[in-house]
Amino acid sequence: MEPNRKIYLITGHYGSGKTNLAVNLALRERAAGKTVTLVDLDIVNPYFRSADFAPMLADAGIRMVSPMYANSNLDIPALSGAVDAVFDNGGDCVIMDVGGDDAGAIALGRYAPAIARHNYEFWYVVNCCRYLTQTPEEALSVLREIQVVARLQPTGVVNCSNLGEETTTAIVEQSVPFAQKVADLAGIPVKCTAYDKKLAPLKVPDPFPVEIFVKKPWDSAEEE
Amino acid sequence: MGEKFLMKGNEALAEAAIRNGCKHFFGYPITPQTEVAAYMAKRMPKIGGTYLQAESEIAAINMVLGCASTGARAMTSSSSPGISLKGEGISYIIGSDLPCLIINVMRGGPGLGGIQPSQADYWQATKAPGHGDGQVLVFAPSSVQEIVNLIGQAFDLAETYRMPAMILADGMLGQMMEPVEFPEVVPTPHEKPWALTGTKGQRKPNIVNSLYLQPQELERTIIERQKRYDIIREKEVQVELQYMDDAEFAVVAYGATARVVKSAVSKARAKGIKVGLIRPITLWPFPEKEIAAAAKQVKAMLTVEMSMGQMVEDVRLAANGACPVGFFGRTGGIVPSPAEVLAEIEKMAGGAK
Repeated sequence: MEPNRKIYLITGHYGSGKTNLAVNLALRERAAGKTVTLVDLDIVNPYFRSADFAPMLADAGIRMVSPMYANSNLDIPALSGAVDAVFDNGGDCVIMDVGGDDAGAIALGRYAPAIARHNYEFWYVVNCCRYLTQTPEEALSVLREIQVVARLQPTGVVNCSNLGEETTTAIVEQSVPFAQKVADLAGIPVKCTAYDKKLAPLKVPDPFPVEIFVKKPWDSAEEE
Repeated sequence: MGEKFLMKGNEALAEAAIRNGCKHFFGYPITPQTEVAAYMAKRMPKIGGTYLQAESEIAAINMVLGCASTGARAMTSSSSPGISLKGEGISYIIGSDLPCLIINVMRGGPGLGGIQPSQADYWQATKAPGHGDGQVLVFAPSSVQEIVNLIGQAFDLAETYRMPAMILADGMLGQMMEPVEFPEVVPTPHEKPWALTGTKGQRKPNIVNSLYLQPQELERTIIERQKRYDIIREKEVQVELQYMDDAEFAVVAYGATARVVKSAVSKARAKGIKVGLIRPITLWPFPEKEIAAAAKQVKAMLTVEMSMGQMVEDVRLAANGACPVGFFGRTGGIVPSPAEVLAEIEKMAGGAK
């Protein structure tokens, strides 16, 4: 065990909000004065990934490790040797943004022995508005598929329930029992509820107001 | 309409097809549409349907031909290079007068091109999806909700006119997440007296075929098919007009690009430029009349596409010289930004006001 380095594994169903959570977590840890490495470990998603935010993260002093051909025109899911190095020199905090479902979490399994040597959090991100994980039982079965290929045990559920641009405070508040049920079924705690910080402060346990970084090309101009 | 869900465009394509009675999917994975196949692989076995990953795109489209011959709702899905491979099969399906659904989630080309979003297959979809005199119905959704809404129409009209329908999406639409709700639909597959369902000794055998031994017979068949196309051109055009009532300028765009353009048009309006948006929802049939009318109303038009300029030719044909038609495009996987489009609108309007 190397207690000085904390590793966060961000896993979950496609579109549950993993990337946006990973970027916010990296910025939060960095703001707390820690040295942070964000690893884009997504080998299944061609667009909307942590690597999109590399320049912004670099400005914030966060180190970014991406798949070799991320955001290029090559459809080759090759992970860099730099991923192995983060376990030895990734700074105080290493955040791994893992691809969706078990298909994406396969990439994690390869690093399981190295991760297990550290103090790690294996977070399972849930979103009750996602079509195929609307019941806690469905969400649990996706977690089970992920943990088999990840070859590690989950340590907590993160509630990222949202309906994209139509998210309301009611949607977030009503998702709390859902996340708790998933956690109860899995035998792990709910770590936090992440929600768009533009919503009013919410009465949810362990709130984590986040900035929405993952946007569509036409959303950028709306805010100028 | 009921509950809202957050869905990826590709998932919505697949789920909407299932809800509209499609039980047979034949495909081959290719980025950026792979989630369509992945979703079908998960769901089809649970509803007693067929998910079949073929050995190639060519095999998949020919399985669609065979399945459609029996009158069943069948579909395939791919992205640009894969659609090129399907070209022969699409032509055979047109020539056999069979309904089916084909999805193209466009990426950069030509050749292997790239995996980022593109609209460079407009010509292929609307002019020559395969060889020969023939068309497919082409629908161009611009949101995940519209994908859901158009899939049912695509199946219905394909069966009404006995021809393939295509959903022409792009990588951005396929990959993005948006809230959707599913309209209550009762899929109503049409009567298909031509289908190969077995004669049971009670009727003459049906023949599904695209080979005609006599040129006169082939010509007659093609002319009959063209008459159906004329009805479609008359009846099935869909187009969205926004801010066009008092517009002095117009921008024409479809699909995800239309979302970028909407954003730019709103900004231009805020700056006092009287500009509107014409968004073709059907690309074939093309909204010729609407564009011809707009061309007489406005001082100039601009077409914006993720290509080097393809739909702009149809816009110019429809405008028929009534106003100048300019073009702005990004290609190779680059999505134009609202700021770039706004700058083009300002240029068209004679500088920022």
